[in-house]
Amino acid sequence: MPTPVKESRHVHLTATEAIENVELPLLLEAVYQRYGYDFRDYAPASFKRRVHRAMNEEGLDTVSALQDRILHDPACMVRFLDVLSVDFSAFFRDPAFYKTFRDQAVPLLRSAPRLRIWHAGCAAGEEVYSLAIVLHEEGLLERSRIYATDINEKLLALGREAIFPIKHMREYTTSYHQAGGRGEFSEYFTASPERVIMRDFLRQPIVWAAHNLVSDASFNEFDVVLCRNVMIYFNRRLQDRVLQLIYDSLAIGGFLGLGRGESLQCTAFEARYATLLPGQRLYRKTA
Amino acid sequence: MKYGIVVIGASLGGLQAVHKVLAGLPGDFPLPLAVAQHRRQEGGDSLLFVLQDSCALSVREGEDKLPIMPGCVYLAPSGYHLLVDGDHFALSTESPVSYAQPSIDVLFESAADTFGRRAIGVVLTGSGRDGAAGLAAIKQRGGVALVESAETALAAEMPDAARAATPGAKSLRIEAIPLCLLELSRK
Repeated sequence: MPTPVKESRHVHLTATEAIENVELPLLLEAVYQRYGYDFRDYAPASFKRRVHRAMNEEGLDTVSALQDRILHDPACMVRFLDVLSVDFSAFFRDPAFYKTFRDQAVPLLRSAPRLRIWHAGCAAGEEVYSLAIVLHEEGLLERSRIYATDINEKLLALGREAIFPIKHMREYTTSYHQAGGRGEFSEYFTASPERVIMRDFLRQPIVWAAHNLVSDASFNEFDVVLCRNVMIYFNRRLQDRVLQLIYDSLAIGGFLGLGRGESLQCTAFEARYATLLPGQRLYRKTA
Repeated sequence: MKYGIVVIGASLGGLQAVHKVLAGLPGDFPLPLAVAQHRRQEGGDSLLFVLQDSCALSVREGEDKLPIMPGCVYLAPSGYHLLVDGDHFALSTESPVSYAQPSIDVLFESAADTFGRRAIGVVLTGSGRDGAAGLAAIKQRGGVALVESAETALAAEMPDAARAATPGAKSLRIEAIPLCLLELSRK
């Protein structure tokens, strides 16, 4: 059995890198001490990219300079949080996931009188509305309450407003049909030349709230938890914490949806869930 | 071993080019290989099957926290960036870099970060300039920079940009690239 390649991060460092390796943990500590946001267990490679992006946008050359500005200027912290959470998102992203949810999970959810759903790390809500559309088409939305949470209040406000730019709606329409959509995607929003606003009946069952997966506790028991492409930014230790939090928040028989590049394989929770369809990241809590 | 990883980037015309490189490597090739081939958001598994078909090494999609194993080929999944993060891979969905996803620059820069002078970067055919900054980063840390020569590249724009950004990059015809990788892997 071959073993994983061993690498230390300290091979042949340039001076700038060596300094950055000192600066990055200091920045994390400063942000935590000053604002309470704990990014210390974020995955290093992608976190470093975000820090560089923030330095670039602030017009700063060093991590120390960024740290200085973040510490003294709360508005800079807000911008930093935005840089950390700016991500690609889309309606019916990974349509096969929504198709699997519709085909595999929905039939098992039909008998429940009430459905509690938690979308953890929902960003601006494209995927929250996607799920709401699936539930609506399956006749389950009226008895559902969807808790959409994110660390970033600005993104939550966008989701609550339910306004999205119109320019990608054509792609989303394709994804909607690939996801097994039964009607027309355009029925779910009213469009103006620049943007669309989601219809009221989709907005009504959604509760938008700030929740930090790093530091906040479970807040309810749920029938469905979606946490897609959020844990890819965490290291293994933090992933384990969040997986425990999700496990504690799910009813037996409840469903967990992850992103396509994520899985429960090689985690402590693998044996406590069943896979609904091979290759799809939709799991059912069994024990 | 002198080298620890091979990272390969390709865009337009890349399927055939990546195919030729992988098909030219023996089953006991000792280094891990990570491939960023630009592709559509919902590409499916067809690229994986095509590449595995003629490759003696095992080819799989990169997943979050997957350990980096010698002699395996990891394909950046569609809709994500693939990053080297210490002894494992990581994924990111940050907005497309250089209008490309998966981004070659993201893969190469992260490989340079972890592996330093033990990284080998290979830029193959493609349009655009993704991979140029990443290859330069690898070379800057003392790693090896290889670029497909204009004689065999279907689209020369991306290899040209990589050469321009990376003084000292070595240009090779596509059929010479696996041989060169094999030789480097034995050092």
